Amino acid sequence: MRAVRFSVVTAAATVAALTAVTGCAQKSDGKGDGAVQVVAKDDSCEVSKKKLPAGHIELAVENKGSKVTEVYVLFPDDRIVAERENIGPGTKANITAEIKAGSYEIACKPGMKGHGIRQKLEITGASAAKRSPEMDKAVAEYRTYVQAQADETLPKAKKFTDAVAAGDIEAAKKAYADSRLGWERTEPVAESFGDIDPKVDIREDGLEDGQKWTGWHRLEKALWQDKKLGAEEKALAPVLYKDLLDWQKRVGTADITPTSMANGAKELLDEVATGKVTGEEERYSHTDLVDFKGNVEGAEKSYELLKPIASKNDAALTATLDKRFAELNTLLDKYREDKGSYEFTSYEKVSKADRKELSDAVNALAEPLSRLAAAVTK
Amino acid sequence: MSDQTQAAETTAGTAGPAPSRRALLGWGGAGLALGAVAAGGAVAAVRPGSDAVPAADSGAAVPFHGAHQAGIATAVQDRLHFAAFDVTTKDRAELVALLKEWTRAAERMTAGHAVGDGAYGGLAEAPPDDTGEALGLKPSRLTLTIGFGPSLFAKGRFGLEDKRPEALVDLPKFPGDNLDAARSGGDLCVQACADDPQVAVHAIRNLARIGMGRTAIRWSQLGFGKTSSTTPDAQTPRNMFGFKDGTRNISGTDTAALDKHVWVGGKDDAGWMTGGSYLVARRIRMHIETWDRTSLQEQEDVFGRDKGEGAAVGKSKEHDEPFLKAMLPTAHVRLAHPDSNDGATILRRGYSFTDGTDGLGRLDAGLFFIAYQRDVRKAFIPLQRRLAAHDALNEYIQHVGSAHFAVPPGVRDKDDWWGRALFS
Repeated sequence: MRAVRFSVVTAAATVAALTAVTGCAQKSDGKGDGAVQVVAKDDSCEVSKKKLPAGHIELAVENKGSKVTEVYVLFPDDRIVAERENIGPGTKANITAEIKAGSYEIACKPGMKGHGIRQKLEITGASAAKRSPEMDKAVAEYRTYVQAQADETLPKAKKFTDAVAAGDIEAAKKAYADSRLGWERTEPVAESFGDIDPKVDIREDGLEDGQKWTGWHRLEKALWQDKKLGAEEKALAPVLYKDLLDWQKRVGTADITPTSMANGAKELLDEVATGKVTGEEERYSHTDLVDFKGNVEGAEKSYELLKPIASKNDAALTATLDKRFAELNTLLDKYREDKGSYEFTSYEKVSKADRKELSDAVNALAEPLSRLAAAVTK
Repeated sequence: MSDQTQAAETTAGTAGPAPSRRALLGWGGAGLALGAVAAGGAVAAVRPGSDAVPAADSGAAVPFHGAHQAGIATAVQDRLHFAAFDVTTKDRAELVALLKEWTRAAERMTAGHAVGDGAYGGLAEAPPDDTGEALGLKPSRLTLTIGFGPSLFAKGRFGLEDKRPEALVDLPKFPGDNLDAARSGGDLCVQACADDPQVAVHAIRNLARIGMGRTAIRWSQLGFGKTSSTTPDAQTPRNMFGFKDGTRNISGTDTAALDKHVWVGGKDDAGWMTGGSYLVARRIRMHIETWDRTSLQEQEDVFGRDKGEGAAVGKSKEHDEPFLKAMLPTAHVRLAHPDSNDGATILRRGYSFTDGTDGLGRLDAGLFFIAYQRDVRKAFIPLQRRLAAHDALNEYIQHVGSAHFAVPPGVRDKDDWWGRALFS
């Protein structure tokens, strides 16, 4: 990670936090005049109004089904405007939010799982920034990807933190790199929250005076350099897990746009160029190539989702990017036994000349990737 | 608009909006109309049709187009950024496209213009075409000179093995060499010379950026304080040892000497090189601290000159003809003089360098030696053999980097490009 990041993702997230939306849930029955009645059942989600003026809106939810449910108001890209969890069978809940004009969806999730049962909601009034349906689709799919990465990471992180807590050095070392992959694939989104990254992914030299060092790299140092797990390290393991749980819960609310996806892809390559290629990121475990691969995969995911849009505007650019992604992946494959595995050569064993070759390949990709945002938006 | 900028506009012959870096890809032979100033690349740019201000005095633009590449016989500028590149693409067409893009960018930068759509004012979402640090600076007599290394001609790479000139030999190992592979060789080189270091660095940075994915910088060297002059009527500059060296350098205006010793002739072995030259670059580390505690007598004996005036042993003025036999047999001037080498003559264009200090607290400094000649087998190699074997200076220097490049002839006009004769 870097100490300060003025990325589009961050900026957008900040703006969203200030202006868009507060999803507060109230306990009142809330059957006010303007309220939208939402009747949630196990197989349906009935909404009384599908068109509303922009501004303050209120949903009066009633769970008439047999399962615990949750109700969301979502942007077209699946970003959460407001939500209410844990609405038990036979109970009611109220959701309020400030909403700008645009297209939204209401989702009921019986059993609190899955995509939910969706209903359209049109908010009219002052104009909102318009985005094409294909852009919304790209963002929605990326949002799903980011969430899935976090969801898949938590059990892996648990394996790692449990091993540390139990003082099992060998098991912890084995689980370490794998526990980071999902994070590395989606790092710019995680970093957009600002507070999570410094807790889980900071390196010792990134600390401010007086800041307590927590997270993966603190444990990495204990495992590979100090070669022992003391009481403090054992106590820090569940803290890492808890912080990652926080990430998993919040990642769906990140403000994601086609531009932030494109810039996020470039930022992932920048992470490689400044941290992995130098061997700084994993200076004790030397598992840099695993992170490297994760960063590239995350960048490639953003790119693949944006490609249908970008290729219409700049076909030469996407042709170049296809080629350069393939070249970098081929080069990375040289450092692992088989393509399915994430067992990579220890970075200690990668020669200076080979590191330069990797660095050149990263630059070869990152330079045209820096033009993706423009190709998506023009 | 200042006079200098006007001069640059006229010289480059560009008008209207610049092509973007991306758009350059497809250019090929189309090109723009050109009111070219076809100078020999030798002397100063002069603003056509008005009070002639030599570029050397004004920081104006040196013409890019001409029979020979600028940056060889051109009056030596104050600063250098020299970069050697590896070609990372295997695709000949990609390499050719790059050379065309580089040529167009070089035309613009040597004229004092930004690359592509410039450094600002473009799409907000995209990084600017130009990196921007030369905005507001004069052209500063920037010259960009390209060369092709022996490795570019290797079999199975770009189909150039039959075009490798016989003169483009792999340099032999000289006694005392301690060459670092990471500071040696390269498929391509670009020599950027300018009176302003920022202008030279800007040029290499932009070319490197344009090249990413097709080329990668292998090594580069910054230089300052030119150590030789192609305007011999001016004073010969001093090297880091405090001595004048290279007094007998070829003048940039001495057409006969240039034709004889520097430019490749039509009857030399590779036709595509006619009008070009061969460049040898050597990074020569100087042991500054031990030199500084050497007695004045020894310092002067080592060079064969006096330190103050630069006159040869027994003479009073720098340009007085030296009497070689008055010097020690191991004196640098005596060994390097054409009279000791069957008339072998090179055009020197070296710069001093200081890359801070090394880990031992020693100044990491020396001479970045650059020599141009018609054929290294008749010039640099015999000369360096003699020096490496006998030069008293060897106690105080070591060659740590080395490269040899074929420097093609000049870009004639807006339709021409670096290396066209080689690749066509």
